[in-house]
Amino acid sequence: MAANPSDIPVPAEGIEALVQNRKYAAGFVTDVESERIAPGLSEDVVRLISAKKQEPEWLLEFRLKAFRRWLSMREPHWAHVEHPRIDFQAITYWSAPKSMANRPKSLDEVDPKLIETYNKLGIPLKEQEMLAGVQNVAVDVVFDSVSVATTFKQKLADAGVIFCPISEAVREHPELVKKYLGSVVPFGDNYYAALNSAVFSDGSFVFVPKGVRCPMELSTYFRINERNTGQFERTLIICEDDAQVSYLEGCTAPQRDENQLHAAVVELVALDRAEIKYSTVQNWYPGDENGVGGIYNFVTKRGDCRGRASKISWTQVETGSAITWKYPSCILRGDDSVGEFYSVALTHHRQQADTGTKMIHLGRNTKSTIVSKGISAGHGQQAYRGLVRVLEKAEGARNHTQCDSLLIGDQCGAHTFPYTEIRNPTAIIEHEATTSKIADDQLFYCRARGIGEEDAVSMIVNGFCKDVFKELPMEFAVEAQKLLQVSLEGAVG
Amino acid sequence: MSQLLQIENLHAEVAGKEILKGLDLAVNAGEVHAIMGPNGAGKSTLSKVLAGAEDYVVTAGTIRYQGRDLAALSAEQRAAHGIFMGFQYPVEIPGVSNMMFLKAALNAQRKERGEPELDAGDFLAWVRHRVKQMKMDPAMLSRGVNQGFSGGEKKRNEILQMLVLEPRLMVLDETDSGLDIDALKIVADGINAMRSPERATILVTHYQRLLDHVQPDVVHVLAAGRIVKSGGPELARELEEKGYGWLQQAA
Repeated sequence: MAANPSDIPVPAEGIEALVQNRKYAAGFVTDVESERIAPGLSEDVVRLISAKKQEPEWLLEFRLKAFRRWLSMREPHWAHVEHPRIDFQAITYWSAPKSMANRPKSLDEVDPKLIETYNKLGIPLKEQEMLAGVQNVAVDVVFDSVSVATTFKQKLADAGVIFCPISEAVREHPELVKKYLGSVVPFGDNYYAALNSAVFSDGSFVFVPKGVRCPMELSTYFRINERNTGQFERTLIICEDDAQVSYLEGCTAPQRDENQLHAAVVELVALDRAEIKYSTVQNWYPGDENGVGGIYNFVTKRGDCRGRASKISWTQVETGSAITWKYPSCILRGDDSVGEFYSVALTHHRQQADTGTKMIHLGRNTKSTIVSKGISAGHGQQAYRGLVRVLEKAEGARNHTQCDSLLIGDQCGAHTFPYTEIRNPTAIIEHEATTSKIADDQLFYCRARGIGEEDAVSMIVNGFCKDVFKELPMEFAVEAQKLLQVSLEGAVG
Repeated sequence: MSQLLQIENLHAEVAGKEILKGLDLAVNAGEVHAIMGPNGAGKSTLSKVLAGAEDYVVTAGTIRYQGRDLAALSAEQRAAHGIFMGFQYPVEIPGVSNMMFLKAALNAQRKERGEPELDAGDFLAWVRHRVKQMKMDPAMLSRGVNQGFSGGEKKRNEILQMLVLEPRLMVLDETDSGLDIDALKIVADGINAMRSPERATILVTHYQRLLDHVQPDVVHVLAAGRIVKSGGPELARELEEKGYGWLQQAA
């Protein structure tokens, strides 16, 4: 899957490399001994993964069905992205730090190198350290194919909330996993979802029982470390009647010359009057300015507003990845349910993103809001792809879509592919779209007031994204702003 | 009186077309100069050149500001050194609040000058004081920069920025255009509030009416890229009566 790295000039050492490292601060590699299986994908590999995780028979069956379906499917090519053919036999489907083999019981038993990795990324895992800061966030951290640690489990358990790696949920709460896994994204939903269903490794499981408001923000931090390894995480979040949770997800990977595949599936289920807020700050390694390396981020995220008056809200800030293919969606099944999608996506250098959402209105008086802000710089290519579908029974459905693109420079592109399918005449659908450039007169105006060019760009871009950032939890909003600033370095001038 | 600005034989072009053709101008600290002249004479070009717009290219001549060559300074450095340009068409920056913009500007300037940055509390107190002085609604501080502002509000906002940033040399490019009489008075009050022995103002204007409220020390006529006549406040009134034709012929 590597793009013939030998054909591409190697960047100069020294200051160049230093500058690049500064640009992608998460690009380091952790030197841990890993247990990894040989590259390649077959039924045996699927069985091996399942065996390593000591999974029950029903889950193995789920994986095998998915794998067989995947074999019969073709890679989708409809997205507005270009990449060389992915060699699925060259990927390693399981990699875990050796130290995790004995399942450390507490954080004290976790390899200090792993803890150090997360400290470097600004994610302290020691609960007392977190309490000292402003955060009130429980974290699950996934390193390659396994979950390394989950914090505040006890405090959450006291409130009745289950927050653990999905592999642990399979062991401890099999009835819940069995009931909900694949119920929102079926194993054969699409090519990458089928692949994920066959080989998924770890991810987070959240269950908030009836009437419980989760007492703290939950967060999962994904890290790909090993070379030539794919990460196939699986996340499942369930909120029972009147329950609420806010969940955050962050991702980084080392800087490498070959492309790596990240194909996740996230399923959300909201029952009557439940609310799930799901926020992502995606900062996978984007590749260098010539498009060498970077993560292929092919992700299926879907929420099911299964209950009446339930609400699912997606907020994403996508600054990383060489290619992003991602459409966090809502199925508005329950009457009066609400779906929201707030997105900022940035493509710089040779990054490509095809992202958007699907809002499927099934219930009466269902409402959806889409706010998409796309920023393209350098040779970045970006597409917004959104579907609003209103079915026969969705009396009084409403959608408002706001889709804005900002271009920086004249080598980048922004494209909009809105789809609407209305089968109920009472639906009210609004779509607004704008495309603008950071104008020279805006930059000059800022500079004439003393604000330097890069700060001016970052300020203008942040202003452009304001409607989305205000949906993010505070600490994430600050992180997102910083990330945009770093990602845009050198975009002007 | 010390000389703040000295322009000699300035030639400048935009998009390959020469607009300023040997302009001379000297401004002392403490003075207000009005620059008048017909459309296309180069008034806005002069403002842009002083502010450091890169698409305006100086092809000959010098500009000295506080004794140093201005050519060596970028637009943002000029701002930090006290040059303020009031825009004829202030630009909108959606989603960036006026407050945030002003704080970023003031602190960037302070940083460049080696002064400590103001914290949120001090800044807020300072900007509120100035808002009151400009008789503006404090709610406009949380609105996007010039976003959805009327023409008059934009111009008032320029003067507010000027009062907050406290520049040394103010170059106001047709700040009076598009203002009703009440707004004109408020803008004039803002300009007068900034008059001091250390500061100087260059008012680029078409009309006498601003000069009824801001008394200039010197009035210049700019025509065909050069200053063709200078005089006292009475020159402005003469222009109002006779127009520019007689001067252009003389030029």
